[in-house]
Formats: sequence, structure tokens, C-alpha cells
Amino acid sequence: MAKDEYAAREFKVVGTRPLRPDGIDKVTGRARYGADISAPGMLVGMALRSPHAHARIKSIDTSAAEVLPGVKAVVTRADFTHQPEDNATADILDNCMAGEKALYDGHAVAAVAATSRNAALAALAAIKVDYDVLPHVMDVDDAMKPGAPVLLRGRKQESVPAEMSDNVLTRTQYGHGTPEEGFKKADLVIERNFKTAATHQGYIEPHACLATLGADGQGDMWVCTQGHYMVRNTCAAVLGLDAGNLRVTASEIGGGFGGKTTVFLEPTALVLSRKSGRPVKMTMTRDEVFRASGPTASTSIDIKIGMTRDGKITAATGDYRYQNGAYEAMNGTLGAMTGFAPYDLEHVRTTGWDVVTNRPKAAAYRAPGAPMAAFAVESVIDELARELGLDPIDVRLKNAAREGTRSAYGPTYPAIGLEATLEAAKAHPHWAAPLGENQGRGVACGFWFNFGGDTCVSLMINPDGTVSLSEGNPDIGGSRASMSMMAAEELGIPMEQVRTIVADTASLGQNEVTDGSRVTFAVGLATIKAARHAIEIMKERAAMTWGIEADAVEWVDGAAQPAGPNAGKFPPMTIAEIAAIASNTGGPIAGHHEVTAEGAGVSFGTHIADTEVDPETGAVKVLRYTVIQDAGKAVHPAYVEGQLQGGAVQGIGWALNEEYVYGADGTLQNPGFLDYRIPVASDLPMIDPVILEIPNPGHPYGVRGVGETGIVPPLAALANAVSRAAGVRLTSLPMSPPKVLAALKEA
Amino acid sequence: MVAVRLWGSLAEFADGHREVDIAATNLRELLDGLAKAHPALKPQLERGVSVSIDGRIYNDTWATPISETSEVVLLSRLVGG
Repeated sequence: MAKDEYAAREFKVVGTRPLRPDGIDKVTGRARYGADISAPGMLVGMALRSPHAHARIKSIDTSAAEVLPGVKAVVTRADFTHQPEDNATADILDNCMAGEKALYDGHAVAAVAATSRNAALAALAAIKVDYDVLPHVMDVDDAMKPGAPVLLRGRKQESVPAEMSDNVLTRTQYGHGTPEEGFKKADLVIERNFKTAATHQGYIEPHACLATLGADGQGDMWVCTQGHYMVRNTCAAVLGLDAGNLRVTASEIGGGFGGKTTVFLEPTALVLSRKSGRPVKMTMTRDEVFRASGPTASTSIDIKIGMTRDGKITAATGDYRYQNGAYEAMNGTLGAMTGFAPYDLEHVRTTGWDVVTNRPKAAAYRAPGAPMAAFAVESVIDELARELGLDPIDVRLKNAAREGTRSAYGPTYPAIGLEATLEAAKAHPHWAAPLGENQGRGVACGFWFNFGGDTCVSLMINPDGTVSLSEGNPDIGGSRASMSMMAAEELGIPMEQVRTIVADTASLGQNEVTDGSRVTFAVGLATIKAARHAIEIMKERAAMTWGIEADAVEWVDGAAQPAGPNAGKFPPMTIAEIAAIASNTGGPIAGHHEVTAEGAGVSFGTHIADTEVDPETGAVKVLRYTVIQDAGKAVHPAYVEGQLQGGAVQGIGWALNEEYVYGADGTLQNPGFLDYRIPVASDLPMIDPVILEIPNPGHPYGVRGVGETGIVPPLAALANAVSRAAGVRLTSLPMSPPKVLAALKEA
Repeated sequence: MVAVRLWGSLAEFADGHREVDIAATNLRELLDGLAKAHPALKPQLERGVSVSIDGRIYNDTWATPISETSEVVLLSRLVGG
């Protein structure tokens, strides 16, 4: 068995609920977020944004702005002199600062740096942009039609049929068997179209950065991001800089959920700094966050499923059409891979389409692409169960993927936890609780892959025996606590003796972004290995002190001790005792580990939702909500519960209220939290999280990622609950009161 | 030889085959072998793929061993949030 493999063990620290090490800073306001840092001589950077959904930029006159008092730099695309070679980087540049065309309402077309916000606003007002307004397209099905306004030509991948619009960038197809044959064996076949609206990740902290870039090409950045190594590498590629000359430090982060896995302001702030010779801070307003960052894709999905009278699925097909805003993203591909992943299907075929429209570029949002696919698939399964008079959990159990199942996206599953989540849902008191008038209960399953990636950890044994641990991933879900706990577990010391920090890009090797639910898995793996590395060194130091061989020393409860009676009789040496004499035994002690973590375990969850529909207004109230998810091993269960609850709450908002509303002119009508309604505490019941632990064989402690799966089932669980409460199938999200009322009237 | 399963729309660039045999003992040899045997797959391979080997998904590690009995499935390159 490889050393990375899971081995059952008794935990002393992992699985407990210590106080959060970042808690006091956050509740007292001491934590430093993106906009909390200043520098001597700092300027205020602001962007001028397109008021048009689609327009050719004929000219930009910045002369009047440049001479205004306090204005130190004005930049347009002409100041970005490096042209990236690959399409992906070129798209990032074009999204940060428009080139020939503005592709959505809010697309940056110029930027200024000035000594005050008022001076910057005056400069923005003085910039004259001459636009040639072009026809726009906002809806995915409209954008796919021949003759639709085209955003960019020549980006269509080879898999897309030649006759389709250039707005269609990718087509991917998954599955096996012959669905047409399978449908013939079904007693009931249901086929429906589903639509979901674009939603924003809704993080409370807006994008912000402070940038300094000198004429010598050396620069520093302080950034609110999910990945400061990504910021460094991307800015270097966009601007043609050496990555080693940019040092990026991650701020505390007020939420990301995938929306901070790319850059929006950072290259512009660097160019403004280079041009002005001064540090430049840029902070998005909420209006800018909505118009020019995030959101997720909106979709149009066709699902067809056949089922026998006793609940066996005979065949399934799905056509997943996702609009990703103005540039390429792969939400549709991921929808096609994940929708049927929970089920053991003999005949299945899915097709994913990724399409561009005149909206802001879709960013990742927790399990990107999967919640919409699950909404469509789980809705049809629920409708089939209802039509056939079957219990919806029993139907899912009958078709559930298990170890050895060939998944709908290809691979055969190893040990997985879907069946366990369904059994737990069935046994949960929630499932049997009575319902009242106008109330309905929905259940749904969800799946996400999780992954690993480049990871570096350094673990220093301090002279007093305490431990300093450096990781390279911004902490968005409790990773500093989890890393301290895993290091403490390995070292055999209290968690409070390990302090974990997020190091800057000059302090550790390359680290993948905090995404893909990867950090507890991958950084945890590297932390465990770094601790084991340090333990080996400490065993050598103890052996040297005792005059015995290092392999005659073992590590038990935070101390080195002779491995047996033949090794000699010496009292154990604690970490503090070994650290105190480190200068005499070979020098400072540190462990480190660098790895591209592979083998992340996939994750499943099952959610139960109760809702009540007001027949007079169409308003939906969530009465009760239970989340059951396989975490592999919950390192700090309170953080895991928070992830499950947070995913459910974001999914409830997506299902019931949230949507980007555009006017006929293609401009966003609701770029603020007053009109874009995310759920608040008073809207919700307490979300009841149930953690299951089916170990991931690819991690020493069995850890699986938990950050994303929790947002996959809620859209469907809510839709199934509302449909049962209303007595009519809801197929379009959000299920806002007008839509529910209209459905009730049609029923 | 290792049997490699391709996703549906990728088969169009491997002479219509959903499964192709490649001589490979690790991930790098597999990806190189695919590109050599089926040059039309190159654009997708250059954009990036993930590979499932015996049910575990790998993205990058060239030295990942593959045996002739391994189940190998090519997947779209995964991203997350």
C-alpha cells in the first residue's frame, strides 16, 4: 500500500471541534481584507465600463481626463502592449480591458488612477468613447441559432458542427449503451425542458487589490482572491512579465465560491501603477461586482428518462445548453458529465454545449455546471416516481450507483457513498414527518468530482517546540484550522501549538487555486507528509543524542522514544526538548512536501426539503431542510457542517429568488442586493447537516472535499418540494412568486 | 496495450472508435501515444484532459503507472469552484 493510501486509525485531534483560529480576528474587525491595506502615495484606481451589451469601440479620447487635477494615469487597451499567444490568456486580457468590442454591459473600456475617488470619478466622466452599438444576444437557445449576433469569430472548437453559429464554442458527448433501445423497455417515459437563470456567487466582499509595478518590472500585489499564485501567473502572462518578479500576497477573503478563481482588476491595477509610478488600489463597487464579475451560466436543458413500473430506469438522455457569457467556459461540459452521475444506467447519452452571449463571462460557482444539470435530472426522476406511485428515495436507491458501477461519464466507481446518503435520508426523522396543507417534500441527489493539484507546504519546528506551518492557499473554508489539526495529529501535540499561515508567492512553490474542493484533501495530504518529514528529522536528532541508529527510534505522542528494549533505555524526548538543542544537533528543523495531488475521491449528497406554497401570492417558504453528505473524514466537523449549510442556502437562493434580470437593451436591471435577493437568516429554517464518513482511499485520513457537492441537490430538492406542494411541475428557476402563481393558474 | 475509452464526441477524431488501444505504461506514454496514433485528437489533448485510471482521476502526473488491465477513461479537463 502506498503511503498516500487510507489507513484506519484512532484520531486524537482530527474530528474534534476546537475554537476557530481565525475567529477572533474576523468578529473583531482585525482581519485584513482586500481593501484594508494602504501604501504611501497610493492612488485610487477606477474603471470606465461599457453601457452597451455589444458595441464596436470606434475611438476613445482620454485627453480631457488626463489633464484634470489629481489624475496620474489613464489607460485603455492600447496600454496593454503585450499580446498573449494563447486564446485563454487573450480572453482574460480582453475581459479585463476591452479591445475592439465591448461584449457586455459593464465591460471595462478604460481606467484611471487619481489621488482621490472624486478625482477618479471626474476623470471617468471626462473620457469620451465613441461606440457603434451592435445587435446583442442574451439567451442560450437564441445564441445557438444560425443568424444570431456573433460575439467572436474563429473560436468554435472542432467538435461543433460547421453549420452552427460561431457562438457555440464546444460540444461534448458522454454515455454508453443505446438509449433508443432502452426507452422501448420503459413503462413510462417523461421528457421535459428546464431553464435556470444566471446567478451570482454573492460573496459579501467585493473584488479588491493593491498593486505596485515599477519600471524595472518588479511588482507586489495584495489581493482578495482564491488563488494568489494564479493571480501572479495570470498577470505575468497577460502583461508579459516574469512571474518571479511579481510577489502576490492573499488577503483575508470574504467569500469566493469559485468567483475569485480568475482576475478582473489586477492586470489593470498593475498597468495603472506602472504608468503612474505609484501604488494603485482598485475596489469594485457592488454594481461592478454584478455587472463585471461572476456569475454562473444560465441554461436550457432537455431531459428524457424512461422507467419501468417498479422504478428501474431503462434509458436516459440529456441535452445541456449553457450560456457562459462573453468568453469560453466549460459549464455545459460539466453539466453533461455530472447530471446522471448518481445513477447506474445501462443506456445513457448526454451532450453538453458551451455557448457565448453578451453577458459577463461566467466564472466558476461551486461545482460549476452541476446544480443546473441535477435540477433537470432529479426533477424528471421525481415526476416519474410520482406518476408511478413510487417512493422517490426507493426509486433512487433502486438505481443508485455503487462501487463497480460504470458511471454515466465513463469511469467505474471505486467505493462511494451515495447509497449511504440515501439510506440515511430514508432513516432520518425528517423523511417521515407529517406535512400540512399546501406543503410538499422534495428529495434530490447530487454529485461532484473534487480534485487535487499542485500543492506545497512547509512546516517549521520553532526553538520552543511550537510549530509554524505555511500553506499557499487562501483560507475560504477553515483550511488554517484543518491544517493545524492534521499537523498536530501527526506530530502528537495539541492543535493550539501549530499556527498555520497563508504564505505569499515568494515563500512556497506553486500552488493550485483554492477550488475543486481540493484544499483539505490536497493541502492536508502535503501537511501530513511535511509533518512526517519533520518527524523523521527529529527521530534522527534523538538517535544522535542517544548514540543509537535512527531506525531504532519511534515517534509516539509527540516524542521520540527507543523503538524497543534492544534499542536502549532512554527517556522520551519531546518536540520541545529536541527543538531546544537543534542548533547543537545539526541545525533548525523543518519538514516540507511538494506534490501534485491526484486521486481525490468523488462526493455524493442527498437533500430533503419541505416547502409551503401560498396559493394566493405564489410565495414559497422553506419549512425544513436536511443535508446528508459523505465527507470521507470530517477534520473539523463544524467547518464541514458550515460548508453543507452554506451550499444548501446558496442553492435555496438560486432555486427561489436569484436571477440576473436584463432589459431589452441588454443592460442589467438589478445589480445590487436590494433587487438581487439572496436568502438571509430570517428567510430560512436551521439547515440540518448530517455528515457521513466513507473514507477516500486516496488520502491518509480518508478525506474527501466537501465544499462543492452541497450546492448540487438544492435546486432540485426545492423544485420537487414546491412541485408537490403546488400540484404542478415547476421547470423554470427561480421559482419566484410570479412564476409559481402563473403555474398554479395554469394547473 | 492499454484500452482507452474516449468520450462520445471525441470518437469522431479517432476514426469513430469509442475505444482505442495504445502502447503505454504510464500517463505520459498514454497521452503521447494517443496524439501519435490519432493526430486529430491533438487539439483537445493540447487544451487539456483528465484521465480516470481504475476509477481515480488524474490530471498531470506523467509517471502515473498504467497496466494493461487498467480501466482508462479520457475525460474533459476538470475545473472547480
